[in-house]
Amino acid sequence: MTQRQVQILYRTCWTIALLIAAIPFVFPFVWMVSAGFKSVTEIFGAPTLIPRVWRWQNFVEVFTYQPFARQYFNSLYIAIVVTALTLVISSLAGYALARMRFAGAGLLMLFLISALMVPEEVTIIPNFFLMRWFGLVDTHWPLILLPTFGPHGVMATFLMRQYFLALPKELEEAGKMDGLSRFGVWWKIALPMARPALAAVSIITFLFSWNLFLEPLIFLSSLDMFTLPLALSNFNDSYGLPLWNLQLAATSLAVVPILIVYLIAQRQIIESFALSGVKG
Amino acid sequence: MADTVHNSIRTGHKTWLTLKMREMMEAWLFVSPTFIGFLLFFLGPLCAVVYYSMTEWNLLSQQATFVGLANFQNALLENPDFWLVVRNSVIFAIGLVPLNMALALALALALSRPFFGVVFFRTVFFAPVITSAIAWAIVWKFLLQGEGGFINQVLALVGITGPNWLREPSWAMAAVIVTRVIKMVGLNMILYIAALQAIPRDYEEAARLEGASRRQIFSMITWPLLAPTTLVIMVITTIGSFKVFDHIYQMTGGGPENGTLVLAFYIYQQGFKFFNVGYASALAMIMFVMIMALTLVQVMLRRKGSE
Repeated sequence: MTQRQVQILYRTCWTIALLIAAIPFVFPFVWMVSAGFKSVTEIFGAPTLIPRVWRWQNFVEVFTYQPFARQYFNSLYIAIVVTALTLVISSLAGYALARMRFAGAGLLMLFLISALMVPEEVTIIPNFFLMRWFGLVDTHWPLILLPTFGPHGVMATFLMRQYFLALPKELEEAGKMDGLSRFGVWWKIALPMARPALAAVSIITFLFSWNLFLEPLIFLSSLDMFTLPLALSNFNDSYGLPLWNLQLAATSLAVVPILIVYLIAQRQIIESFALSGVKG
Repeated sequence: MADTVHNSIRTGHKTWLTLKMREMMEAWLFVSPTFIGFLLFFLGPLCAVVYYSMTEWNLLSQQATFVGLANFQNALLENPDFWLVVRNSVIFAIGLVPLNMALALALALALSRPFFGVVFFRTVFFAPVITSAIAWAIVWKFLLQGEGGFINQVLALVGITGPNWLREPSWAMAAVIVTRVIKMVGLNMILYIAALQAIPRDYEEAARLEGASRRQIFSMITWPLLAPTTLVIMVITTIGSFKVFDHIYQMTGGGPENGTLVLAFYIYQQGFKFFNVGYASALAMIMFVMIMALTLVQVMLRRKGSE
């Protein structure tokens, strides 16, 4: 065999090995969608990949069993609000920490780093009492405030700071010469240049909020207020047993749109995670 | 605002101080939302949890009594559940971390350089990362059903009777670990890919010219250069494994026979199901100390590495 043939053979073997490795990563999604169309008997009958009978009514019952459309909307608008708030707050603080000198900056950094190390699980009990004291239990406020100001928000701040540190100073100075205030420099010069970092923060924050489970579980009790992950784990009959086909149909409805967005923007999404993981 | 800056420049001497103070006030305005949020939702609650951890407080009684370190004593010395939970958390971490890291490194080595299909594979291995843990756990719970579950149906085709994966203590933990690894490995994979791509190609080419084998190149060049990344990934993954909650909640609910009852789930159970606020807070403090210790080990190792 020539060296080229050896190489081709080698590549082919590699690709086949990778395809086999990919099965447990892809198959659950395929099976989820397929089972979402089946009847319960078919799900637990002989394995089929394509449903013998397509039960479209599963996808109707998902919406009648609990206010699923409402819950979908809750997740969507909460994720958007959390993302917008996080962007503003983290880029303001990140900018000040990177570009302004002020007394207490060092101490503040130390505080924020310590906040990064403490998971939400540790402070969730007192936060529950705080929210109850404010009268915010069973509202969406805790789901907006806690992720925005919690460890995730702090990580976003550090990501923004890291990015602002690397921007050239000259442009800002030119802006100041032109009579821009600090706020003006931040808004008109720094933010437009920080687009890649803002995009990364948006993507990660949106997904973080969309997939959040512990806070909804603790703070929400009425079905109308539920977010998607909570709604998904709630497809049970009166004995507490899962309504298999409905649950899988609902899970498909929750996961597939995100997967489609991911397939379209996979490069950007993966890079955002790489950026935040390496820096944060 | 711009006018005042010009005015203060004009008035000379005294303005230097005011400018500096001005800058400082502006900076604090910029950081104030973060700072207020930090005080309100982090520092305050953290102090509160320290206090709660020293009280005997059942939510139903509405009355907190100060009991000093009794909750810690209860957890560490008296309550056998606590050590079971710690044991489970450690088993979970010991099972998950090496498996996750080894698989992540293998995938990264295979996918760090461009070839036909590389984007496809990266996309595939990363997809579970962006999926909600609840959705992922729901699907795997069905796949792993004892009777009629897909995995056992497939095993039956080749004549094997599969166990009831999530109902048998010995299998449930393994099942949770493996499905969690599949969900999260993509994240470590891309961190490794980023690190691999940052290694200059010249090193490897020089070594190849010297006649080094693939294995030698990996053990003498790639692996040592990856050390800082490996360390970061190890700590992130270990901390993540101590925090695992939603996955356990959905797949096993801590069962069977408390076989998958891990720390984060136990805190939730004590605090929000049994309303033992004091005891749950003491557990949260213990979790805090464990994660703090892990982070300090990371910082120390890093410092040692850079010397």
